[in-house]
Amino acid sequence: MAMPYYVSPEQVMQDKAEYARKGIAKGRSIIAMDYIDGVLLTADNPSASLHKVSEIYDCIAFAGAGKYSEFENLRKAGIRHADLKGFMYSREDVTGRSLANGYSQSLGTIFSQELKPLEVEILVVQVGINGQPNEMYRISFDGSIIDEKHYAVIGGRSEAVQAVLKEKIPSQVPSLQTAVGLCVSALEQTASQKLSPEGLEVAVLDRNRSGRKFRRLALTEIRQFLSPQPGA
Amino acid sequence: MKLPFLPNHDESSFFHFISTHHPDLGLQTQGVSPGSSGDPSFRSGQLSVPHATTVLAIKYQAGVIIAGDRRATEGFQIADRRIEKVFKIDDLSAMAIAGAAGPCIEMAKLFQTELEHYEKLEGMPLSCEGKANKLGQMVKANLPMVFQGLVVMPLYVGYDVKRAEGRIFKYDITGGRYEESDYHAIGSGGKDARNTMREHFKKNLSEPEALNLAMIALYNAADDDVGTGGPDLIRGIYPTAKFVTGEGITDVTDEQIRAVYDRMIAARRSKET
Repeated sequence: MAMPYYVSPEQVMQDKAEYARKGIAKGRSIIAMDYIDGVLLTADNPSASLHKVSEIYDCIAFAGAGKYSEFENLRKAGIRHADLKGFMYSREDVTGRSLANGYSQSLGTIFSQELKPLEVEILVVQVGINGQPNEMYRISFDGSIIDEKHYAVIGGRSEAVQAVLKEKIPSQVPSLQTAVGLCVSALEQTASQKLSPEGLEVAVLDRNRSGRKFRRLALTEIRQFLSPQPGA
Repeated sequence: MKLPFLPNHDESSFFHFISTHHPDLGLQTQGVSPGSSGDPSFRSGQLSVPHATTVLAIKYQAGVIIAGDRRATEGFQIADRRIEKVFKIDDLSAMAIAGAAGPCIEMAKLFQTELEHYEKLEGMPLSCEGKANKLGQMVKANLPMVFQGLVVMPLYVGYDVKRAEGRIFKYDITGGRYEESDYHAIGSGGKDARNTMREHFKKNLSEPEALNLAMIALYNAADDDVGTGGPDLIRGIYPTAKFVTGEGITDVTDEQIRAVYDRMIAARRSKET
């Protein structure tokens, strides 16, 4: 009987992680950031119909970087998880934390048990209402989950974007316009090219809306935010 | 690929998802054995008439008004004086129900979740036609319960953005879907309400005219049908109504409805003396 090759588990994990990281770094970055009325999500996304940022539930949004088919699958499962919970109990019992835990469990299991890990990095953000703080969970391909404060970056050269934001972020929570400008300039700086409003996907979770807080910003709005202010 | 720890399903329908994976949460499609029904009207063969309700819808200039009375009955007793029979389903549609209260309210809730679920998964809402068909499938799925006496009969109205008009859909117990061109009413007092609307309906009613007609039709239904509740002037309970237009759904306030009834009652009283 032929002996199967021995590969140390350490090596297997390292190879898988490297494979996943490569896949994720190929894409473009997405930024989530607190602004005065909620959370802003900005993605460098040339497609107008294949979304990277989307709605999960009343106060919860999702952003995915990496392989589209894989994070799309995760997004749909998340919506199912949230709608089921909301239907079974009540709308206020659907929380970002429980969803982030589900994602983390799922990604962790796939990473250790499947041959090919998922080449994705995802963000689950929840806008805080009634004085609660916002929540941001960054979940990696191996299921590790990080609770981010004020801003979070996934996909592409996320560390570089993070470094830029760390320097630029104001001490006070910015207005929507300032936050959009900040995100776009950070994305431009790391991509070292000008980003057109058409190539941006921008959405907010606005705590002042009633019911479903998620809203995509229209192209005209993004243009307005990015155009230099007359008289300012 | 299957995701562990998260719900997996292939379709964009929430209704299909819970019927497949959580049948206990969905519409009950099997239960007690046939013949053990507690509903005497069913045993005597008078099946399929949703009892004790009047809900109606009328088209007008800007869309559709949908309204319903507030009474729920259990045999000869009044079970609830303030029940809500008109539900907002999404930003452009609403439904009213006649039949067994529990399953009716459950179907409304399930239908709300269904439309929101589809919109989020697919990234765009269903068409007005698509929503009406989906509701038909849900009514059809409830058919086994109809034989237990638990009828759910919806009246569905939606604003069709493509056609730029309001639309009214009625159903039968098998899920058959029929579109009404002007107005419709269902429930035990439905016939009385339809008689009133037939006399006074005209095309392109204004918003106050439509509200007026809806309230008079409900009043006349309550006048002739014991199962339908009229305005309760002592407790201040009035029928509920919603305007369904291209701008969204607006609840008609109690004050507006009370004003309509105050005028109408004064006019009728003057005829009696």
